[in-house]
Amino acid sequence: RADMAAPAAKGTSRTAQNDVASIKKKGPGALATAYLVIYNVVMTAGWLVIAIGLVRAYLSKGSYHGLYYSIERPLKFFQTGALLEILHCAVGIVPSSVVLTGFQVMSRVFLTWAVTHSVREVQNEDSVLLFVVAWTVTEIIRYSFYTFSLLNHLPYLIKWARYTLFIVLYPMGVTGELLTIYAALPYVQKTGLYSVTLPNKYNFSFDYYTFLILVMVSYIPRKYRLLLLLLLLLLLLSKIRVLRSEQISDTQINHRMLIHFWGILWIMVCFMFVLEMQTLCSIVTIQL
Amino acid sequence: MAELGEPAKIKNYVFFEVEILDPKTKGQLCFLDKVDPHSTIGEIKCLFHKAYPHWYPSRQALKLDPKGKALKDDEILQNLPVGTTATLYFKDLGPQVGWTMVFLSEYAGPLFIYLVFYFRLPYIYHHKHAFTSSPYPAVTTALLLFSPSSLACVCHSIHYIKRLVETIFVHRFSHGTMPLRNIVRNCLYYWGFAAWLAYYINHPLYTPPYYGNKQVNYALAMFAICQAGNFSIHLALNNLRSDGSKARKIPYPTKNPFTWLFFLVSCPNYTYEAGAWFSFTIMTQCLPVGLFTLISFIQMTIWAKGKHYTYIREFKEYPSLRMAIIPFLL
Repeated sequence: RADMAAPAAKGTSRTAQNDVASIKKKGPGALATAYLVIYNVVMTAGWLVIAIGLVRAYLSKGSYHGLYYSIERPLKFFQTGALLEILHCAVGIVPSSVVLTGFQVMSRVFLTWAVTHSVREVQNEDSVLLFVVAWTVTEIIRYSFYTFSLLNHLPYLIKWARYTLFIVLYPMGVTGELLTIYAALPYVQKTGLYSVTLPNKYNFSFDYYTFLILVMVSYIPRKYRLLLLLLLLLLLLSKIRVLRSEQISDTQINHRMLIHFWGILWIMVCFMFVLEMQTLCSIVTIQL
Repeated sequence: MAELGEPAKIKNYVFFEVEILDPKTKGQLCFLDKVDPHSTIGEIKCLFHKAYPHWYPSRQALKLDPKGKALKDDEILQNLPVGTTATLYFKDLGPQVGWTMVFLSEYAGPLFIYLVFYFRLPYIYHHKHAFTSSPYPAVTTALLLFSPSSLACVCHSIHYIKRLVETIFVHRFSHGTMPLRNIVRNCLYYWGFAAWLAYYINHPLYTPPYYGNKQVNYALAMFAICQAGNFSIHLALNNLRSDGSKARKIPYPTKNPFTWLFFLVSCPNYTYEAGAWFSFTIMTQCLPVGLFTLISFIQMTIWAKGKHYTYIREFKEYPSLRMAIIPFLL
């Protein structure tokens, strides 16, 4: 009797698995889909408003400069609204990774608020226009892509635009972002923005200037980061050798620069070491 | 009708055949014949290892179904729902490393890293501070070490020495190995945080706690209690498995007063650990230490909850007063 039961049991377990698989494929329910459609339509409309605002401002002013101010408010509103997408992934109505989406949205929000909004002096820079335009076009295409996908009626044009235009838009956006952060650096250093120094009651310190440099470093693709890490390590080692041989003197002019260079070098090496551990680990396989 | 549950009992002893397939391509990786039906999955893994030397047994996961769970090493071949020809699917778990090795490297790192900062090795702080110690004047405490930084160094070092001792002599690990990726991630976490908090506590510009001696002494007492408690719990848990059995048992309080927390909590070792780090935060009044305490607490709560629910599911008579990690609360 046990012999007969075994193949039957095997059979039922197989179909049970198929049922579960098909239920999982159905995706979000009707209510969730309706909400997502509304969300994506609103976001598309929002970024269209920003695009139109940019064009109108350009036409009325006649030049590229200072266009940021005309779309400052809707940009902040709709870019911050993208935080909801993290929630969508966490709840499960969108089949993306929370970590990945979180990372992407947070980097955008960081640039909008912690760099462009906080450091007023960079708002006039052309690099800001560069990334704002890149973001606007990308987001309009992306949100309309999602809207049509949810409605199961995706025009080929949108699909083509999404997968082709990013070749231009992505480097454009990255360049704009990097240049903006770079432009913000001297002002952050001068005013000590968002920085905490020792000594203080909580024995904590944070240097926003160094942090921004590390953010810029994190944009570099992995291969080149490893090379950069090697170069920095060599630089550190040679610096240690030089310092050991010569007398270290406290000259006023070079003192601050020296500390800053030294400190940042150390921090960059540690940071990149941490970033690259994964790659280094896959290169080295140890049988333990 | 090739797939019958049990092989027909004929005069000659029946041997099984095992074929091991790749779950993606369904290609045959290995074919083993004349396999004893009483052999375990562990033994089959050893045979597979002979055919593919770079896939050592702890790296193999053998499954009955490409998407199913991995089979345990002590499962016997003839008890599985397979015919005389067993089809198993192989998954490479990646390079593995033993738990003892992981724990030793995780805990030895912070021990040495903290000392590097305590003795102010050159090139960390300004060169004029190299090889000095925290200059805070003697304060009247019961101990010989006077400054909060020295005290913190002693506490931190004792904590990690205790953990190393426990790893070598006390703990019994139920799983043999974990993926290599875990050791990297765990070491980065422990070593990174140790470096970060050691940097501030031993900094020339360190600010001692706001309420002075009182704060340090009370925090120190709580730290000592929590360390003793944590150690007692580990000993108690170790004694549960002293007869070599692998079965899970409910831990109960013993004569040791520190174990009386078992009345209220499923995982008092995590409670004491959280308490120790909390008191260390108060003792040093350092924000990075507070962050480390918070993250550890969150992680330990997740583990404690998991263990707590496992206990509840497995034992019907599990004491209902017990919470997972904080008495009456969590």
